[in-house]
Amino acid sequence: MPQLGADMAAATLTEWLRKPGDAVKHGDIVAVVETEKGAIEIEIFEDGVIDKLLVDPGTKVPVGTVLATIDGDHTEAAGVSTAPPPTTPTEAAPKPAPRPAEAPEKPPRPEARPRSPADRIKISPAAARLAAEHNIDIRALAGTGPDGAIGLTDIENAIQGTASAGGPEDKSTDTPGAAMRRAIAAAMSRSKREIPHYYLSTPIDMTRAMDWLEEANRNRPVTDRLIYSVLLIKAVARALEEFPELNGFWNEDEFRPARDIHIGWAISLRGGGLVSPALHNANRMEPDPLMAALRDLVKRARAFRLRGSELSDPTITVTNLGDQGVETVFGVIYPPQVALVGFGRIVERPWVVDGAVQPCRIIQTSLAADHRVSDGHRGGLFLSKIDRLLQEPETL
Amino acid sequence: MTGTTATSAQTTYREAIRESIRDAMIRDERVFLMGEDVGHYGGCFAVSMGLLDEFGPERIRDTPLSESGFVGAGIGAAMGGMRPIVEIMTVNFSLLALDQIVNNAATLRHMSGGQFGVPIVIRMATGGGKQVAAQHSHSLEGWYAHIPGIKVLAPATLEDARGMLWTALEDPDPVLIFEHVLLYNMQGDLSPDAGPVDISRAAIRRPGKDISLITYGGMLAKTLAAADDLSAQGIDAEVIDLRSLRPLDMPTILDSVTRTRRAVIVDEGWRSGSLSAEISARIMEAAFYELDAPVSRVCSAEVPLPYPAHLEKAALPQTADIVEAARALFGENV
Repeated sequence: MPQLGADMAAATLTEWLRKPGDAVKHGDIVAVVETEKGAIEIEIFEDGVIDKLLVDPGTKVPVGTVLATIDGDHTEAAGVSTAPPPTTPTEAAPKPAPRPAEAPEKPPRPEARPRSPADRIKISPAAARLAAEHNIDIRALAGTGPDGAIGLTDIENAIQGTASAGGPEDKSTDTPGAAMRRAIAAAMSRSKREIPHYYLSTPIDMTRAMDWLEEANRNRPVTDRLIYSVLLIKAVARALEEFPELNGFWNEDEFRPARDIHIGWAISLRGGGLVSPALHNANRMEPDPLMAALRDLVKRARAFRLRGSELSDPTITVTNLGDQGVETVFGVIYPPQVALVGFGRIVERPWVVDGAVQPCRIIQTSLAADHRVSDGHRGGLFLSKIDRLLQEPETL
Repeated sequence: MTGTTATSAQTTYREAIRESIRDAMIRDERVFLMGEDVGHYGGCFAVSMGLLDEFGPERIRDTPLSESGFVGAGIGAAMGGMRPIVEIMTVNFSLLALDQIVNNAATLRHMSGGQFGVPIVIRMATGGGKQVAAQHSHSLEGWYAHIPGIKVLAPATLEDARGMLWTALEDPDPVLIFEHVLLYNMQGDLSPDAGPVDISRAAIRRPGKDISLITYGGMLAKTLAAADDLSAQGIDAEVIDLRSLRPLDMPTILDSVTRTRRAVIVDEGWRSGSLSAEISARIMEAAFYELDAPVSRVCSAEVPLPYPAHLEKAALPQTADIVEAARALFGENV
């Protein structure tokens, strides 16, 4: 079970889209899981053949649980699986560890003894029933009962653990909205508790960018028109190339810059709540494909049909609250990210350009950044870089 | 002792049974006692001491050493309208009367299409611990609990020793009462107005929430001692005294196990094909999803009970064995 966001402790596998024996390749969608952010499609990151599906649909499992095993080219477990390879003596060396999002350093229950899938789990009937009622994954538990069997105590501890770790995760009567609210609450509380934010704001003249956009849209059918958000996203993404300290993750008292730039685009959902799924490698995308990706992302986000990687990959968040009429955004960073860029409404203002007052279209651009990683000086330079890029929209 | 009836008096299990026989003899002139040495000798375990003098040889009858003969006579008397109490020295000897008990007493109501009942009460001693070796020490009451048509009782307290006999005599069908040999000398207080008790329900002798210790008869004292030891180790054990081995009071057992989720059955009989096996199976059938651990049993070693004291002790369930079996069901959680 990949971690689809720092605040996720567990999720329910709702559907397998592939079955044992199916060949899969990197990027294939193999399963759908239900999180507090809705249904998420799980991609696979290894090529191979599905060997075993280890989690039944409807089962809620903690992050880090092996969902399935894959026989790769070297007949070993891989992909979404973090299972130990099958114990055939002819086997090749294990592959490098999967990417962090799929294999969190810290499994949620470090005390759990690893069990091979073939192991029959010893669990008391009463414990099995309680586990089923609470969707506890017994594979992740270490039994403390007779003969090491899982007993009621173990399940009760697991329920308590899930409740305290994820809080929201365990209330089966929840509406999706309530679950998301709590997930946001957990993430934002953590952010304000742990991250020493600093805030910078600067007005950026969007006149040239908007003129360019109107020109570019002039001959396009309505469905293909660009919106200015694409320019904002592209400008932020390009600027980040020079400011790695704003693009990455703070984990375990250490900042790790991200290699790629995946913009988490904040999308408010009908009925409340928001998600910030990733626009992958936005810095390297041309405006048109980026626009298509953005449209697709918003549509799927509102249908609760995002992919796992889209939720776990963003390296920074960008939010545009201009539609709501606000002028300035003071953002709260989404941990473990270290920065958030906020855009307000574009307002027409008298502006001094080349010694003359003229009407200009101004957008307040703000940065909330993690002071453990970057300082105001660099943050200011970053905002200036966004400004410069937006003055050359044709290069974006 | 004062004259008030509310004051309880020191008595023994033996005296309580004797009192129950006296009481029955006085209540109903159809009641009589017969068995080996019950008259002049006063009973192998001195239960009927003095009754011959009080009730005379017509009602306190010594019999030949012929279990099949006098049990059969008792069955005939019962069919003829009497209310016989037949004493057999030990359960081992009752095997000589097995045909009478199983083929006749237990079946005649059925075979006669309801025309005849056999309202007989057969008392016998059971169990080991007195160094009387393999032919006098076994616990075979579980065998009798296998047989439809009879009731099987196991009084483990003074109240039940005093109270079960009359209720059994009132039953229209055969009732077997098993008195554990180690209980006869058990002393305690018994209210002078103690009287008949029900013979259908198990009793919770000690309430607890963590584990159900299910036992009867001679094992009750050891099981209660084990519960005390467990309590000192943080395990709150409930002790159930079955009282009736047939029929079994399953509602009481299942209710207890449902609360505690663990059960140890303490049965002095051998484990193979035993009463403990039956109880275990019924718990599994009816309360499987309530269990947090396998049902466990403490039974006698599967050997003819040895004569030497240390070997006899080793073969019989002891308090420490019960404690160990109970603790094992908690795994690391103790």
